[in-house]
Amino acid sequence: MATMATTATMAERGPALEVRDLTTRYGPVTALNTVTVRARPGEITAVLGANGAGKTTLLRTISGLVRGSDGSVLLGERDLTRAPAEAIARAGVAHVPEGRGVITELTVEENLRLGDLLGARRADRRYHLADVYDLFPALAERRRREANSLSGGERQMLVIARALLSGPEVLLLDEPSLGLAPRIVARIFGILRDLVDRDGLTVLLVEQNARSALSIADAGFVLNLGRVVAAADARTLAADDELRHAYLGF
Amino acid sequence: MQQFVNVTLGGLSQGAIYAAFALALVLIWRATRIINFAQGSMAMFTTYVALVLIEAGHSYWLAFGAALLGGLVLGAVVERLVIRPVEGGPALNAVIVTLGLFVAFQAIAALLFGSSFESFPAPFGLSGFRVGEFTVAFTPFSAFVIGSVVVVMLGLVALFRFTDVGLRMRASAFNQEVARLLGVRVGGMLTLGWALAAAVGSLAGLLIAGGNLVHPAYMDGVIVYGFVAAVLGGLDSPGGAVVGGLLIGLALSYVSGYLGSELVTLAALAILVAVLLVRPHGLFSRAAERRV
Repeated sequence: MATMATTATMAERGPALEVRDLTTRYGPVTALNTVTVRARPGEITAVLGANGAGKTTLLRTISGLVRGSDGSVLLGERDLTRAPAEAIARAGVAHVPEGRGVITELTVEENLRLGDLLGARRADRRYHLADVYDLFPALAERRRREANSLSGGERQMLVIARALLSGPEVLLLDEPSLGLAPRIVARIFGILRDLVDRDGLTVLLVEQNARSALSIADAGFVLNLGRVVAAADARTLAADDELRHAYLGF
Repeated sequence: MQQFVNVTLGGLSQGAIYAAFALALVLIWRATRIINFAQGSMAMFTTYVALVLIEAGHSYWLAFGAALLGGLVLGAVVERLVIRPVEGGPALNAVIVTLGLFVAFQAIAALLFGSSFESFPAPFGLSGFRVGEFTVAFTPFSAFVIGSVVVVMLGLVALFRFTDVGLRMRASAFNQEVARLLGVRVGGMLTLGWALAAAVGSLAGLLIAGGNLVHPAYMDGVIVYGFVAAVLGGLDSPGGAVVGGLLIGLALSYVSGYLGSELVTLAALAILVAVLLVRPHGLFSRAAERRV
């Protein structure tokens, strides 16, 4: 009952992250066309779609790396539209970019310290270095090594750990499964699901691998050519044969 | 034997200055991927500031501090006003801009301070220590030169290794986008990098000037040797810059001592070409690629 009560209050607070009618152009190309996406607190929201659907652009516009030409981005009550990337990060949006975003010249621990420095500004931070080393023991063993020496799976763990340390209100993950063995993907997704269930983390998960993503997501949005073509809870999306064949490829 | 000792000691103290200068180039290269050809001119400028203060009756040390502080400010201002607008554009644009600054600073210095040779004092004695019956070519000022370069180097290592701001600077240098996503104000870190580099460059300028003559072009030779030292060390590696500086200082001192001083510039060029042929990324760089 206690959990249900918390979920109810969270739902009443409205979405943790809301993207309203967002349009992003690269010169003459419209990469995002009036896209509206909501991530509810304490849930995993998947953004699915083929290559070039605009998934990465969506995350890059949210986190301020790319400037949207229209629409708005709200983190709770705060309007982050067109704020600089570093300000958005400080506001509590942790973007783990595609290709992992490990700073390979730094050691594992130095990478983590960068997240920790950002998290230290927040009174409500939940994770400290010891917590993420517990969560990902492989990182603890390699803390003094250069991040360059890590495997793909370890790199993905490193950037998720770094993002957790930064004390995020919303975690944006761009294709965490890319180039990883299915076994590793399952492990990382399992850890993510646990964190969401245990700590009420909010995740916006961009994935081309729709089947895996929907297996852990609560809700999903499907993008095609820069537009949202479907939005529903994860189970409904996974059960929609037409949608799966047309856009999700499984 | 005595000549060998003298030539070696002279090479070491000269090399320490090249090391400081190379360090300044490496700091800027790491932060912004720009070779700052104006480094020498900027150092010359702040050395003139020190000279003006000394001639106005202030102590050497006050002038020394003012020149280093002036270097910090000058580096920050140059980055903000001149380099920032061309950052992110083609790499060549920034290089041309630093070449422009190189000329501009010399011209401004000639206007403000005149273009005649002026002598610059040294804070310590310039006659060699006596060892037994010999006088070696190692002076109290040489000791100061080497000591201050070592102090600066250790200070930079401590800054980058052990402080939060050092970590943020390295993150900004290695991966601007990821640094921004981690809340680092990359612009501020780049400004700080330029400021620090210009201060280290100013130190090199002051050390070259000590007990010598200064004029608006007195740093030109040092730019060449400092650049060779930086490339020798691999441009990305502060430790490499220091080793490169010492090596080039020693090598040129041997060439000058045993072969003839007119061959020094040629020797520097030969060393540069030889190193680039054998190790295109320098002696200490781990980088597999370089965007030039």
